[in-house]
Amino acid sequence: MDSLSNRKKVIEHKKMNFWERMYLPAIFQGLGITMSHFFRKKATIFYPEVEREFSENFRGLHSLKRDENGAERCTACGLCALSCPAEAITMTAAEREKGEENLYREEKYAAVYEINMLRCIFCGFCEEACPKEAIYLDGNIAKADYSRDTFIYGKDKLLEPIVK
Amino acid sequence: MDIYFIIEKLILISAILGVSLLIAMYTTLAERKFAGFFQDRVGPNRAGPWGILQPLADGVKLFTKEEIIPTNAGTFLFVLGPSLSMFTACITSAVIPWGPDLTLFGKTVALQVADINVGILYIFGVVSLGVYGIMIGGWASNNKFSLLGAIRAASQNISYELAMGLSIIALLMVTGTLSLREISIQQEGWHWNVLYQPIGFLIFLICSFAETNRTPFDLPECETELVGGHHTEYSSMKLGFYLFAEYINVFVSSAVLATLYFGGYNFPGMHLISNPNVVAILGVAALFIKILLFIFFFIWIRWTIPRFRYDQLMKLGWNILIPLSIINIVVTGLVIILKQ
Repeated sequence: MDSLSNRKKVIEHKKMNFWERMYLPAIFQGLGITMSHFFRKKATIFYPEVEREFSENFRGLHSLKRDENGAERCTACGLCALSCPAEAITMTAAEREKGEENLYREEKYAAVYEINMLRCIFCGFCEEACPKEAIYLDGNIAKADYSRDTFIYGKDKLLEPIVK
Repeated sequence: MDIYFIIEKLILISAILGVSLLIAMYTTLAERKFAGFFQDRVGPNRAGPWGILQPLADGVKLFTKEEIIPTNAGTFLFVLGPSLSMFTACITSAVIPWGPDLTLFGKTVALQVADINVGILYIFGVVSLGVYGIMIGGWASNNKFSLLGAIRAASQNISYELAMGLSIIALLMVTGTLSLREISIQQEGWHWNVLYQPIGFLIFLICSFAETNRTPFDLPECETELVGGHHTEYSSMKLGFYLFAEYINVFVSSAVLATLYFGGYNFPGMHLISNPNVVAILGVAALFIKILLFIFFFIWIRWTIPRFRYDQLMKLGWNILIPLSIINIVVTGLVIILKQ
């Protein structure tokens, strides 16, 4: 049968001649190749000092957003937790008291909002599910740490700081 | 024997030991750095500027690691193995002439620990002892991988020592002496032995790769087949000793190669300088530059040539190097007779 790609090569098993059997020319050739790599520019990015730029639609750490008045947008509806395939999100809802209108946008808010960053697969379903545009995966990558419980990020780490 | 002689030799011995340990330490860093460069990486660069404290960090790590002696291992021999490796690696440098005589306080100081008239034979003997460290360690580990590594080391050293010895014989026919100091003196002014014995040098170079268990001859510690070869069961500083002994061996082999074939401490324009002390210091510097270049060559080869298969190793040793070195002896003899 004919080859479709026309790229088939028949391997020749011909005997090596004396020059090839001496190996030394081939060794010097190899030494030349490695030496040419020795002075080549290295592709390394020195990570902690230099960070690689992420693409615009990169999904990094989550942030809980505020509205234009600085009030939290999240209403603790739980749709993000429901849509999460890794079951990384959990929350406790609470009712807004009188006088807290500048803190929370709706009558209900998330008193506790936790994401386990070791479970999260950064799929972005939570931001798609959110009806209030309250959560976005616009952050960086999770910082390394020594113990597992430090990877459960609460509102202190997730909530966007107030812009004055 | 006067007290000054003993003090002089003690200072020289400690200086040489210190220098060879220092160079071995930094060869480990150079190996990793250059490996990085050859592979388009940058190598270790976190410990200190450009990673220059990396060997210290490695040493501290190896010293503080948990030390495990396997239950079924012979404890005495298990400890003897790495110690012997380290010991033989350290004493080889005793006969190498590091430079011309130095004149200090009206006394002549020879920059050589022992100018014995069988210098090459001494190196030969000590290097052959070196394999016992590997053999004993591999055998006492009571582990089939270690044992295989040890057997490989033994057979490899026997095979390559023959070719090495034969290439040395051709060199001796040219120089007519076994003393390394006299060989160094003879090579003054571009009479480098590599120009008279190129084939002998090549054989000696290949064999010294085999004797130091460096790639492409690192079958005793072949990771892919034998886990770690002879040092599979070793941990902590006992492992460190094995690895360190290898680097000291690389240093000493480079020194021997430079002394025997590349003019030793001789450098171009040596006769132009009249002050003998300046000549001595520059000679030491020249020898060390040659040694460092050889160390670089060892590293360069390691990251270029893959490991031999076992049968290829044996074939190269017995079918190619030994006949080649015998031919080399015959040709050298013929040339010497024809020149007379």
